[in-house]
Amino acid sequence: MTEIIEFSLSCPAPKGHPECVVMAHGGGGRMMHRLIEEVFVGAFANPLLEARHDSAVLDVGGASRIAFTTDSYVVKPLFFRGGDIGSIAVNGTVNDLAMSGARPRWISAGFIIEEGFPLADLRRIAVSMRETADIAGVQIVTGDTKVVDRGKGDGVFINTAGVGIVSHNLTLNPAEVQAGDVILLSGDIGRHGIAIMLEREGLNMQSAIDSDCACVAGAALKLITAGIPVHCMRDLTRGGLASSLVEISEVSNLHLRVIETAIPVRDDVRTACELLGFDPLYIANEGRFIAIVPQEYAEQSLQLLRSDPVSAGAAIIGRVLPDSDGIVTMVTEIGSSRVIDMLSGEQLPRIC
Amino acid sequence: MKYRDEYRDPDAVSGYVDALNSITTKPWTIMEICGGQTHAIVRYGIDRLLPELITLVHGPGCPVCVTPMEMVDRACEIAALPNVTFCSFGDMLRVPGAETDLLQVKARGGDVRIVYSPLDAVKLAAQLMDREVVFFAVGFETTAPANALAVHQAKLLGLKNFSVLVSHVLVPPAMEAILSSPSCRVQGFLAAGHVCSVMGTQEYVPLAERYKTPIVVTGFEPLDILQGLTMCVQQLENGRYEVENQYARVVRRDGNVVAQELMQKVFKVTERHWRGIGDIPQSGLGLSDAYADFDADTRFPAVADTVSKARELASLCISGEIMQGLKKPTDCPAFNRECSPEHPLGATMVSTEGACSAYYRYRRRG
Repeated sequence: MTEIIEFSLSCPAPKGHPECVVMAHGGGGRMMHRLIEEVFVGAFANPLLEARHDSAVLDVGGASRIAFTTDSYVVKPLFFRGGDIGSIAVNGTVNDLAMSGARPRWISAGFIIEEGFPLADLRRIAVSMRETADIAGVQIVTGDTKVVDRGKGDGVFINTAGVGIVSHNLTLNPAEVQAGDVILLSGDIGRHGIAIMLEREGLNMQSAIDSDCACVAGAALKLITAGIPVHCMRDLTRGGLASSLVEISEVSNLHLRVIETAIPVRDDVRTACELLGFDPLYIANEGRFIAIVPQEYAEQSLQLLRSDPVSAGAAIIGRVLPDSDGIVTMVTEIGSSRVIDMLSGEQLPRIC
Repeated sequence: MKYRDEYRDPDAVSGYVDALNSITTKPWTIMEICGGQTHAIVRYGIDRLLPELITLVHGPGCPVCVTPMEMVDRACEIAALPNVTFCSFGDMLRVPGAETDLLQVKARGGDVRIVYSPLDAVKLAAQLMDREVVFFAVGFETTAPANALAVHQAKLLGLKNFSVLVSHVLVPPAMEAILSSPSCRVQGFLAAGHVCSVMGTQEYVPLAERYKTPIVVTGFEPLDILQGLTMCVQQLENGRYEVENQYARVVRRDGNVVAQELMQKVFKVTERHWRGIGDIPQSGLGLSDAYADFDADTRFPAVADTVSKARELASLCISGEIMQGLKKPTDCPAFNRECSPEHPLGATMVSTEGACSAYYRYRRRG
């Protein structure tokens, strides 16, 4: 890729592309997408990877297909309000499988543990993983353990991979999204990211904010088993709601329009965001997803989601417009309109 | 959410838009000083609701945008030292210097940390007695009191391993620089509400009189901005040029006197270079003689000549014209081409409060 910038007005800051990996490359925004495109997609290119889904759906010759995914977990602190690294490691992978409409069945667990890590904490994490797996209806069937020198890890890192069974014939993919479709969100956004941030930075707020970490497979499968011809589902993790919407608009080349006042955000989360200068649209979640369905199924889908405890706060937040401009816009709370872009770099707390 | 939703009420918004439409008879160019106001204007599309006769231009009030490049280079140089723990507000980390930025210094092993309060950096210095803890003290009159308090507290605690790299700037001298420029287009100002909560409103009176320009101290919510604009246009239409206070729920005439006293004790007024604008006399704060021991700039001798290189590069940047209200971000040929938030060419694209970044996020194709 070329680094040379040529244009009439020279500017003061020629160093745009870092020459090494920076934290923003893992932030779920534009920089991470670029890294994946430039380094990994180029090296691994194949049609299954091209689908760019949360999990790959594989044809294995039988009546059903299987969904396969993997994810690594490096959350700090390891234990936080509403969850821990173990519950996230199970739910994150289970949720990725569920987004292709699969029924999650088996997962693996790989541990990279730093020398000196307390065994009591490791036991606590293992118990949490087991309990989370039981709730999600998956079994942890294989695993791996590595120990690294003190100072070469950060307590513990966990990788999980998962396999699920796909019994439907739908293709769930951003490319399937059609003009006129309705966008549903499974509940309030921003709680996980803010819970972690408050805990990590030792910021005290009057109200306790719990992570939304949860298995959403049950709720997602309700839509599939009810026969809703879902066009796309995405779980909202790093990069938040905004990044998922932008990804879908770019792949489908359609205009996604959402209504700010329809997007549920809890008051305490909103307050924390206002104080820190964050936008809830970009905050990470661990138990939220969007589903894009044909308009005639919108109300039924909403009721199905609301009938599941994990998505009881579901809402219709917008629709897909026919304009082939591949962007996301939002009707703001004061009634004006603005463009929603993917996060660039990390969300950093503002000065004032 | 209380104290927030009532300032974003759509009915009240359209009420003010109607009022502006009915009182505006001539074209007016109004500058909002603060980056927080710019952000709100573009985020909520407020400028698009206004009568066509009103043009908003975005002022220099983003501390990240105006911190001179050589200061960022100095910060990177100090942060890369093996015995230094460098603390900064979050959004300074991405500001590009001539060579690198603090995020990359961190990626290469520098101990760079985000703090939410300068007092956290003092706390850190008390814990890490074998390391030098340096805080990057940037910002306007808004952040100056807390930064002054940090230095004052470090002195009381007798901390020898704490210092600050100071690049503080003051609003009124920058407004004067804009108003006295022969190419000035600005006819009225929305002054920065939070700066005035510290400094009060009185220092703006001579400016309004000397340049016959109305100045309305304004808040940051959509309704604050619309009310501030209405007050400003009313003055312009009536031929008045007074200092008015829209943000009375926060700003008092005399400001926060305790904070001002602390600032005067710890800091002294100096000349300051503004990125994209140039040198402005009496426009910055440096440490006063009584606190000079805490100056990181003298504690860590400069290795490279960062100033001349940075100045040479900076002299070519259009962000200066943007911050003086002469151009809009979309006038820049590099906007959304070579220049984007993940590939910022100028400081106004770096901070979320910068005019270019605000336009990029909310206005690219919308």
